[in-house]
Amino acid sequence: MALLDVTDLNVRFDTQEGEVHAVNGVSFALEKGEALGIVGESGSGKSQLSFSILGLLAPNGKASGSVRFDGREILNLPESALNKIRADRIAMVFQDPMTALNPYMRISDQMAETLMLHKGLSKRDAIAQAVSMLDAVKIPDAKNRVRLFPHEFSGGMRQRVMIAMALLCKPDVLIADEPTTALDVTVQAQIMDLLGDLRRELGMATVLITHDLGVVAGFCERAIVMYGGQVMEQSPIDPLFAQPTHPYTRGLLAALPRLDHDSKMTPIRGNPPNMTGAPTGCPFCPRCDFVEDICHRTMPPLEGFADGRLRACHRSVDFIEEAA
Amino acid sequence: MMGTALIEARDLRVTFEIRRGSDLPWQEPPKLRAVNGVSFALEQGKTLGIVGESGCGKSTLARALIRMLPAEGEVIWQGQTDLLPLNPRQMLKYRSDIQMIFQDPLASLDPRMTVGEIIAEPLRTHRPKMGGRERKEKVREVMQKVGLLPNQINRYPHEFSGGQCQRIGIARALVVEPKLLICDEPVSALDVSIQAQVIALLEDLRRDLGLTIIFIAHDLSVVRHVCDEVMVLYLGRMMEAGPTEKLFAAPQHPYTQALLSAVPIPDPEVERRKKLIALEGDLPSPLNPPSGCPLRNRCPRATELCASTPPTEQVEGRAVFCHHPGPAPELQAVLAES
Repeated sequence: MALLDVTDLNVRFDTQEGEVHAVNGVSFALEKGEALGIVGESGSGKSQLSFSILGLLAPNGKASGSVRFDGREILNLPESALNKIRADRIAMVFQDPMTALNPYMRISDQMAETLMLHKGLSKRDAIAQAVSMLDAVKIPDAKNRVRLFPHEFSGGMRQRVMIAMALLCKPDVLIADEPTTALDVTVQAQIMDLLGDLRRELGMATVLITHDLGVVAGFCERAIVMYGGQVMEQSPIDPLFAQPTHPYTRGLLAALPRLDHDSKMTPIRGNPPNMTGAPTGCPFCPRCDFVEDICHRTMPPLEGFADGRLRACHRSVDFIEEAA
Repeated sequence: MMGTALIEARDLRVTFEIRRGSDLPWQEPPKLRAVNGVSFALEQGKTLGIVGESGCGKSTLARALIRMLPAEGEVIWQGQTDLLPLNPRQMLKYRSDIQMIFQDPLASLDPRMTVGEIIAEPLRTHRPKMGGRERKEKVREVMQKVGLLPNQINRYPHEFSGGQCQRIGIARALVVEPKLLICDEPVSALDVSIQAQVIALLEDLRRDLGLTIIFIAHDLSVVRHVCDEVMVLYLGRMMEAGPTEKLFAAPQHPYTQALLSAVPIPDPEVERRKKLIALEGDLPSPLNPPSGCPLRNRCPRATELCASTPPTEQVEGRAVFCHHPGPAPELQAVLAES
């Protein structure tokens, strides 16, 4: 049994313009200790997917479907029950460390709070553990700097504090939502290295949500590619990058510039989809080079086609490879 | 290269005085040297990439070139005129030759103006004698050129997606037919699929219009794809500069190497082989940069010489500002791949 089992998850938002279908029938499983990437562009639903798992949707959002964690249904649990899971069993690291940390609280107090709540530690013990966790994320002089406020840290250091805080209770699952997007590349590389080391040491399953295929290639074992709130392709990363089989994945990889050799940067034509209203057909079809009639009418099911690989496309793998 | 350059910067410096509440009135305010002795010459039709991490002074440099900020040094336009001492009226003549597009596509457009008004605005300033009909014709023409539909002329910016807003910004810059286009992080706010569209557009325009481009970006992969020449900045100073191909194939400066080694590559096999060349610690405060070479307290090759003397330019097919330049073998294994 998988550690986290998401089945037919839907997320809807009521807005003035109508109902926004942010996530549509997403299913995946996360195994113990696994590093899973969820890749997509803005509006693909990747962040809302993770928010819904922990009950963090905005008030106008609704999630339906099933999320089983450790064999138990956790989707739409009441706050009191979710609070026992949050931070303790499933922790989250957010994109912007400045807005995710409380600017009025010292790091020591923010970190101790978690441990006092979940582990029932005394404040003194909690702070001692917080310091050793800050050491683990390589914050120099952690013993003294634990007394500082968030604004007294640089962006990279702040993200380290966030990671330390998320890891305090040694969670089974860490969800990292664009943890390095706001950071410079050199800092990003350090943070991703750190996350990888900690994941291996703590044996913690990690869901990395990102738009950056390069980061996925360096960190994840398996990845899910999302577009328009739906899963387009799911695969272990080596074949995903070597032989992408979905037109969207292929388009994304072809649009990327490469540092290590010449690249064409072939654009994907058209614009991202409007998510208002129920989707009809494949969300990618207006931009797809391989589109046929049926694509406009029905969303193809996500089906296995090779070892550990799934794709949602009406066209066969052979057809796409021959046409390209 | 001298003489043929469209724009040439000589020892450009931008200094901010940082007055803090705690300073006493007679105290000299601390000086922040945001751009410190930058020189380059850019030929007509070429693209120069300026790269570096946040706070390295790349945007300040661009703003200094178009005199949005006071600067010292020289900015020579077409081998003749130094732009820096010009008064605003004299400068106006050159402003339509140098146009800029900005990072945040929506924030750089006035939300209360229609697309047509936004694009026509530079014409009103720089071509005041142009009639209304001709102006409208010109706007439609440039909209078509950047891939906007002329029937969108009466819409407002918020009705467009990020990529389309960036096209509006490009149209506004191009409507006065500039010679130099300064792009400040033009694609970093855009999704991958849209980023490639905007880059393709810029490349088409460069080819068709013979544009010269200064391309400021933190994404080194994009810079490698777009630029002919690259300059790497750190704490306001040049680290390494030269032809893109040479610089990316065999970087000589430890900072360039650290920067390149940190770029994630969308290939799991390369990622496993790649080694991060880490710089120690954090970026120092630009108010109080290290003596000598600004990189020296984070640099693996630093010696006493680096602390005492700022490195001068060493030419090895490019400019390297380092006392100990040389290739990094661990990085070379990844870069040589093709």
